[in-house]
Amino acid sequence: MDSGFIITVAKMVGVAAVILTFILIVVMYPMIYGLRRVMAFMQSRIGPNRVGPQGLLQTPADALKLLHKEDIIPRGADRWIFTIAPILVFVPAYLVYVVIPFGKDLVASDLNIGIVYVSAVTSIAIIGIVMAGWASNNKWSLLGAFRAAAQLVSYEVPLVLAFCVPIVLAGTLSLQSIVIEQAGDVRNWFVFRAWGLGALAFGIYLAAGLAEANLTPFDIMEAESELVAGFNVEYSGMKFALFFLAEFAAAFTLSALAVTLFFGGWQAPFSFLAYPVFGIKVPETLTLLGRTVPFAAWTEHAVQFAWFFGKSLAMVFALIWVRATLPRVRVDQLMNLAWKVLIPIGLVNLVLAGFYVALK
Amino acid sequence: MTGQGVAFAVLAAITIISALLVVTIKNIVRSALFLALSFVGVAGLYILLNAEFLAAVQVLIYVGAITVLMLFAIMLTQQIMSAKISQTTEWFWLALPMALAMLATLIFFFAMRTYPVNPAPDALAVGTTMPLAEALLKPYLLPFELASFILLAALVGAIVIAREEKPGATD
Repeated sequence: MDSGFIITVAKMVGVAAVILTFILIVVMYPMIYGLRRVMAFMQSRIGPNRVGPQGLLQTPADALKLLHKEDIIPRGADRWIFTIAPILVFVPAYLVYVVIPFGKDLVASDLNIGIVYVSAVTSIAIIGIVMAGWASNNKWSLLGAFRAAAQLVSYEVPLVLAFCVPIVLAGTLSLQSIVIEQAGDVRNWFVFRAWGLGALAFGIYLAAGLAEANLTPFDIMEAESELVAGFNVEYSGMKFALFFLAEFAAAFTLSALAVTLFFGGWQAPFSFLAYPVFGIKVPETLTLLGRTVPFAAWTEHAVQFAWFFGKSLAMVFALIWVRATLPRVRVDQLMNLAWKVLIPIGLVNLVLAGFYVALK
Repeated sequence: MTGQGVAFAVLAAITIISALLVVTIKNIVRSALFLALSFVGVAGLYILLNAEFLAAVQVLIYVGAITVLMLFAIMLTQQIMSAKISQTTEWFWLALPMALAMLATLIFFFAMRTYPVNPAPDALAVGTTMPLAEALLKPYLLPFELASFILLAALVGAIVIAREEKPGATD
């Protein structure tokens, strides 16, 4: 075997570790902080707004607490499956970031099957949740796993139907190309195009996405008031933390994908807000610590990343708002919504979008 | 051995070993989970063949949907989950040589000729999705539509069978 291969693999693993740490610190921490803080304001909770300055220390405190908790495996549990399950939920939630374009050149790998890859990878997490529920050998977790399997498989269908509308409008599966198709200003975003078909697809995406990410109006698989805590009731310490980190990642993924597919991705809403902002030119190159760096290109990346991140955070805020406000639906209502409302509307919407593209 | 060869060996081992475990292991839930692992191995083989669309769809359909539905059905069946179930009958010793003979035949005929292995020029960048769609919707439109028609018939059939006959129900 040639040693170049091993070096390549080692390099890739190293880069992956760096990226994951970056995402955890730069993306997840502010998001978890903001999510808990906003929810605490909305629901008059105290902790997340009081621990440390502006509640900044609540999440580190919780992380420390989770790290030193005993790692309990129940006696009747299936040890192997119990241990693998949180990993199988955690890893796919972060694998999605490989294809999400944070900027014109800020995408780890612009796969030409980007959106199919996203659906495929996220669908692996369902297995993890079912495994967790079953391996715990607890009837509440098993009930949670039942509900998870039924809900996640059902809502995958309207979700993919909603994906299809931007795909049909853009004529590509690559997320980067979908963003580029929405270039220009706010009128070119898919949510405002095609006689409102884009907006309808976004509505379906939002409803189905909330269910896929297990957020409150549709979080019956871990309904605390009915199931204790659902599929993860027997988990403690870092294994429990993995489930929660995956859930927060899923909330951000949901928002980032919505921004990419419907709200123009990293494009600015008006052309004067894109780089160069208000026409302010920055020097092409800059000498920093004795090295010449492409300053203009860096600024462009920063502006694009800021737009993408800003839009995603606005979307996350809307999700938290929904999550903190609406009551949970019943199991039967949940299934009816997917099969009798979202899927028929999604199918008709997709056919109409096809006609729109064909007649245009 | 190239990196591709190593990857093939690892993926093939995952696929075959987990497939064997599916039919031998006594715990039926674990059996279903190994089936999922086997599907993932096959998806990896598709990626090695530069068929990335097929690989993604393989994971999406077989791992994300079919295995989950199997697990769902297993979990809804009483007294089956924790039970140790023997997967073999008294015909096992007859079936084993038959299966091995079949395997030997297949290997013999596949080994008779060498198949051309042409490393495609970075198909991940070019993409196989467009040619696949062209093929399915142009020359192979009839088989494609037939397959979806059969699937639709199976779907309707499943609903008819699953639907409870209520005495006096009008709809």
